[in-house]
Amino acid sequence: MLVQLRRSVIVAISFAVLLGLAYPLAITGIAQVGFPAQANGSIGVNGSALIGQAWSGPDWFHGRPDAYDPMASGPTNLGPRSAVLERHVGARLAAWHRLGVQPTEQLVTSSGSGLDPDISPASALAQVPMVARARHLSPGRLRNLVTSEVHGRQLGFLGAPYVNVLALNEALARLARGGSAS
Amino acid sequence: MAFALTLVALVVVLALSWRYLGAYLVAVYEGRVRWLAFLERPIYRLAGVDPEAEQSWQRYSLSLLVFSGVSILLTYALLRLQRFLPLDPQHLGAVTPALAWNTAVSFVTNTNWQNYAGETTMSYFSQMVALAVQNFVSPAVGMVVAIALIRGLARRSARTIGNFWVDLVRSVLYVLLPISVVFAVLFVSQGAVQTLAGPAHVHDALNGVTQVIARGPVASQEVIKQLGTNGGGFFGANGAHPFENPTGLTNFLSIVLILCIPVALTYTFGKMVGSVRQGVAVLAVMTILFGAWLAVGVVGQKEPNPAVAAAGLPAQPQGNTEGIETRFGVDSSVLYGIASTQTSTGSADSAYDSWNPLGGLALMAGMAQGDVTPGGVGSGLYTILPSAILAVFIGGLMVGRTPEYLGKKIQAREVKLAALAVLAMPLAVLVLTGIAVSIHAGTAPTLNKGPQGFGEIFYAFLSQGNNNGSAFGGLASNTAFYNVTGGLDMLVGRFAVIVPVLALAGTLAAKSAVPASLGTFRTDTPLFVGLVIGVIVIVGGLTFFPALSLGPIVEQLSHGRLFG
Repeated sequence: MLVQLRRSVIVAISFAVLLGLAYPLAITGIAQVGFPAQANGSIGVNGSALIGQAWSGPDWFHGRPDAYDPMASGPTNLGPRSAVLERHVGARLAAWHRLGVQPTEQLVTSSGSGLDPDISPASALAQVPMVARARHLSPGRLRNLVTSEVHGRQLGFLGAPYVNVLALNEALARLARGGSAS
Repeated sequence: MAFALTLVALVVVLALSWRYLGAYLVAVYEGRVRWLAFLERPIYRLAGVDPEAEQSWQRYSLSLLVFSGVSILLTYALLRLQRFLPLDPQHLGAVTPALAWNTAVSFVTNTNWQNYAGETTMSYFSQMVALAVQNFVSPAVGMVVAIALIRGLARRSARTIGNFWVDLVRSVLYVLLPISVVFAVLFVSQGAVQTLAGPAHVHDALNGVTQVIARGPVASQEVIKQLGTNGGGFFGANGAHPFENPTGLTNFLSIVLILCIPVALTYTFGKMVGSVRQGVAVLAVMTILFGAWLAVGVVGQKEPNPAVAAAGLPAQPQGNTEGIETRFGVDSSVLYGIASTQTSTGSADSAYDSWNPLGGLALMAGMAQGDVTPGGVGSGLYTILPSAILAVFIGGLMVGRTPEYLGKKIQAREVKLAALAVLAMPLAVLVLTGIAVSIHAGTAPTLNKGPQGFGEIFYAFLSQGNNNGSAFGGLASNTAFYNVTGGLDMLVGRFAVIVPVLALAGTLAAKSAVPASLGTFRTDTPLFVGLVIGVIVIVGGLTFFPALSLGPIVEQLSHGRLFG
């Protein structure tokens, strides 16, 4: 018993040093040298490409109706037969209708992380008339803008196609300033 | 179409893993792999372990139990002493005693149930040294138990089943660590963060939004969380968080990491008992049940969300997107969820509490079957083999012969031990669920009302009893009641299975071989596969059907009703 205890402590400490310090620190070193942008959070001028933000008003494309608090990630956890979820979705539908948008399901349901940076291409296209009216831009140009921002499935089949909302709005800002749409 | 390709790719990758990782594992446990001997030997020397000396099942169990006890104490101490330890850019305080107990047990038992949000509870030091270390060690413990049981079946008239310390160190060094290093770098290249710097402060000039963004040494922890079927996320959102699981590719690789070792171990098993076909039979049981529940999950989640429909959205062509990340989509999220709950992983790239009722049923089903399809790293194999032994016993009764499995006579002692191993988890889960639904401390923390609220409670104990760790996350379970009872549930689900399994290994090892004859019931045939599936479904069904009826089944049937 005492032998086992001594061995347990020694093996546990060896593992703590090897797996708890050497391994993550080595990976951190490799990551910081090889992929510094990704390793530090893919942060650009206006925030992280991977962390969604709240957008409001008809001037911008909106993301999912998430909380967008990157210090408290997580979903709403409301169940499929939750009356609370019904009320939330009802309020979101009404808000979209006031903006003249017929929303997709992604625009009225929140995500798994509460930080979803993306929307489906259809969700972006659904908002084109709203943004076109507010910014006096032609819907055709905005549709092209959305299409140019669509990321297809990885390797052609992994995951789902999406539009990154921050990248789309940055492109929109450039377009509105008279710059190139790309 | 894209999802069909995803499934094909998964099958191809897992087939390769089955054959080559499976063969590599044989070599590791037979001591033929030595490329990290410069790390391996000093550990034995320091600990005073003679790598050539083998142990009886009693000594093997004792080593395992003492080591696990020390691991719990060490993890608990590190969490309690957090504020005195380095790498704490946010200056977080000590973890409270009840939460530290639950978390320590959770990570040591390979459960990774989390009653905390990582970003505001755990320092980087706690994540790395207290939690991620157990992400390596706890699956290694699972693997050594599986290997000991395989040896018990393979050996003839033997008194020993291996050396716990040697099996443990080899699992970590030669299997878990090298795969983690490769995939951690891959995950970072896709966007998973890996930094010791504190939260980032950003400002968006376009919309005036200011954010503080939690970061940390995530990628290194993320890959071993999946590979070790642990499941404990760095962040509260777990695998749905873009910093843990940034792309469709990392989502797919997560699923591969979750399934590769449990699947490969069936090859290892077949090879070590001298007939790969025996391993194929076990893999067939796992694959058929996995496929069936995956289909149920996809069908369930492709239905519209009832609450969203009731709110007036005319159509939901994608299915239920509540709690689903855009970049993964519904199909891939279901595949991830089923992979995570049919192993003992419990990580999540979507909100399980928000899945449609049929989907929720599919999630629970994997655990109700004992998390054996293919189950956790090691634990899947060592939990399914007792069911195989029960199937042999039932088959033996049918043909009126003393049952045999792999040339070993299955007698009263073996059947008793197998039954103990199969029944420990349901007992803990049902008793604790019964207590929780009867008292205020159990029912008050539920978020959803009606059957989903019951589902949250039942899911919590089912998940912890199977060392799964996934949750219907609406349950606010960081309370004294759930921390303490959950800890007990996890301990029973882990060690009340491991000890009978090791005893089984010991008694099987001691037996001599019975030569196969015409009357021997073959255990590598479709008939046997069907029999094992029958045992798993009937035991799981008889035990849990009433509880499942009160949760997802009644919810699926309550057309037009909302709750709360």
